[in-house]
Amino acid sequence: MTRRLSGIPARLQRGFTRGFHRAAAAGLLAAALAIPGTAALIAAPAMAQETPVRGGVLNSIVQPEPPTLMLGLNQQGPTQTVAGKIYQGLLTYDRKLTPMPSLAESWTVSPDGLTYTFKLFQNVKWHDGKPFSAADVVFSTSKFLMEVHPRARAVFSRCESIKALDDHTVEFKLKEPFPAFIQAFEVSSAPIVPAHIYEGSDYRTNPANTTPIGTGPFKLKEWVKGSYIQLVRNEDYYKKDLPYLDGITFRVIPDAASRSLALESGQVQQTQYSDLEPFEVPRMKTLPNVTLTTQGYEFVAPMAWLEINHRVKPLDDKRFRKAIAYAIDRKFIRDKIWFGLGRVPTGPINSVVKFYDPKVTTYEPSPEKAKALLDEMGLKPDAKGVRATVKLMPMPYGETWTRLGEYLKQALGKVGVAVVLESTDAAGWAQRVANWDYEITTNFLYQYGDPALGVARTYISSNIRKGVLFTNTMGYSNPKVDELFDQASRENDPAKRQEQYSEVQRILSDDLPVVWLLEMEFPTFLDKRVKNANTTAIGVNDTYESVWLAK
Amino acid sequence: MLGFAQLFASRLVKAAAILIAIVVMNFFLVHAAPGDPAMVMAGEAGAADEKFVTQLREQFGLDRPLYEQLGTYVGKVVQGDLGFSYRQQRPVWDILAERLPATLVLTLTAFILALAAGVALGTLAAVAVGTWADSAITVVALLAYATPIYWIGLMLSLLFSIQLGWLPAFGYETIGAGYTGLAHVADVAVHLILPVITLALFYMAGYARLTRASMLEVRSLDFVKTAKAKGLTQSRIVTRHILRNAILPVITVAGIQAGQLVGGSILIETVFAWPGIGRLAFEAVLQRDYQVLLGIFLVTSIMVILFNILTDILYGLVDPRIQVSQ
Repeated sequence: MTRRLSGIPARLQRGFTRGFHRAAAAGLLAAALAIPGTAALIAAPAMAQETPVRGGVLNSIVQPEPPTLMLGLNQQGPTQTVAGKIYQGLLTYDRKLTPMPSLAESWTVSPDGLTYTFKLFQNVKWHDGKPFSAADVVFSTSKFLMEVHPRARAVFSRCESIKALDDHTVEFKLKEPFPAFIQAFEVSSAPIVPAHIYEGSDYRTNPANTTPIGTGPFKLKEWVKGSYIQLVRNEDYYKKDLPYLDGITFRVIPDAASRSLALESGQVQQTQYSDLEPFEVPRMKTLPNVTLTTQGYEFVAPMAWLEINHRVKPLDDKRFRKAIAYAIDRKFIRDKIWFGLGRVPTGPINSVVKFYDPKVTTYEPSPEKAKALLDEMGLKPDAKGVRATVKLMPMPYGETWTRLGEYLKQALGKVGVAVVLESTDAAGWAQRVANWDYEITTNFLYQYGDPALGVARTYISSNIRKGVLFTNTMGYSNPKVDELFDQASRENDPAKRQEQYSEVQRILSDDLPVVWLLEMEFPTFLDKRVKNANTTAIGVNDTYESVWLAK
Repeated sequence: MLGFAQLFASRLVKAAAILIAIVVMNFFLVHAAPGDPAMVMAGEAGAADEKFVTQLREQFGLDRPLYEQLGTYVGKVVQGDLGFSYRQQRPVWDILAERLPATLVLTLTAFILALAAGVALGTLAAVAVGTWADSAITVVALLAYATPIYWIGLMLSLLFSIQLGWLPAFGYETIGAGYTGLAHVADVAVHLILPVITLALFYMAGYARLTRASMLEVRSLDFVKTAKAKGLTQSRIVTRHILRNAILPVITVAGIQAGQLVGGSILIETVFAWPGIGRLAFEAVLQRDYQVLLGIFLVTSIMVILFNILTDILYGLVDPRIQVSQ
């Protein structure tokens, strides 16, 4: 079997032999499954306490292909997954969103909550060999990101000063307390970029953007556009003996069905985010070579909702929005459309994010209550049973969202709200939502570990800004909500903060500016040979410095 | 021969005029779609503020009036510059030069295979009309023609990649293998097999059906009877008399389709993760990457024009009665 047939590429030869192995393995597995109990015996042991081994290349998927790998300039999901191995932030976060060291070894926060001091790791080098120092951090956070990164700009504009105390110490002084600040140092929120390359240049057109220089455990070796991105081990990484992997290859596979075939055939050992459509998940779960986890998305904590334009009648009436909430069955959406991925939300804050409070008004499915509310509004059914007609524009982000749109049409139709589905592509959708040119749409936003970073932006009146996506595009405005979000963002005492956020959750769950549908979970499939992957709240976007492949 | 050169020259002049018209029309079509690249990038990043979107628009030159943008663009195209990709931050020429070979290898191989196999099968079916071989070919052709192309692709990779493990399911070459010379050619060839078969099957079916129908029609004409009466061999009658006349409609259709192959390859390139310009075009539409899209339109228009001229020349070669004229 191992004899090399001259003239036939190794790839093909391996294919032939693997075919036989596969058949043999399948036979064995079938035999094992036939005897009760043996399957568990095969699966369970051997996993515990293995020592990491060096070497091997992890094959993964990147989809869609990122426009650039310069993480400071682009924070699209796929960019984060790949560039998160090249660039680093000062911190990373564990599953409970507690800060952990990344480029910063340790840090202190002054009791008044105004001064944050970070001690940086020594001996860190950029991929071009130049030493990394506090000056890079100061440049990145006070100049580079302020110019090009909308989220970072919102955070670091709260700083009065950003100073390097010495080569390995950085001090951030805030204008006023902002306790969410400590959640803002993850690699995509505040990637640290090399000052010696970017200082004084036009950041967006700097030629170095095509050859990203970071501090991370992996370096870019080759990017064949449309095909693959190949990362290799950074031999000069500041943590001794890390990373374990020789490299990581990300393949561009545009078709969803082909992506699941790639995982199934073992050609890739990892899929993440929306690589697989939820309807593939039940089948992939049964594969013998992979495991499924939905962890690793706690930092982004996506929340999906029905976004409702309050400028359109009768959508401005909260009774109508409540009727919508009662008309739909969110457990059904979770179980039948997302195939069990996710949790039914109670209010605006995802339950894995800080200051979540479940004690709010909730909406169990009840078509009767929905009809009663519509009756109360004077919306009586006409001859065809229609009380009102609304336009729904599903998010054009894959088939699952289309199915959700179809379900909503049915569910709302049952209480007499006729739904006209409108279809768009991503560019058209973004344009129309940003310009308030819609009635109802579906949307999801990330919450970034703290309500001040990822929740408030959707509901505060100061963020009603035409032409800008992911703002308060509904046009919801409530002075009390504005005040509470504002106070809570500046409150140092966690107990008081909790009170303020609890109150805001109670108000919002009654006002129902949007109808929350799902606390989304993404499926991450990992080949069983991949160890130590996806261990933090950053999940697949983390550095993968200690990931290793079992032989 | 002089007439031929003149014809060729006049066709090229006409082609250039048509190309300019195409560029201008495409420019407006592309800009007519709602949304712009700045918006798309803001949407993908999951966060935006005014500054972000405005900066992008300024950088892309989208803040200037449309006619001004058109003027700049046409001016550049005439000088042979296809512009700059907003998204990839690279000249469009570079992007196309990188992607075009993959598409040409895929589509031309598939095209030649489809034409050869289609004409052969069609001839066989026509010669053996009414027998089981004819029925089998007709049924297979109908199935191949009627089945969605991406489904065939997925099923083939399910069988040959997942079940049997013989062929790679996708990609252009083995990543990181670093093959050179013949080994590289063999590596690409192995990756080509499934996408080429998938794409070829569809076109082959069409050519087979067309060849069969056309041959049956020609077979009943008088000159064929004459040939038979002269006592020519069956094979000579089929190749020299029937096929030569029956192939003309096939050439017409093939000429049109050759220009459209890039369109047909979009699905194939998506299913098999083939890094060609079909997929690039599709992504450019979704991302509103105007310059890239316009560049692809231009290149494919040139291909269509070239194939048309080629088809005309081929007519004359196959059937000298067809005069090369204006």
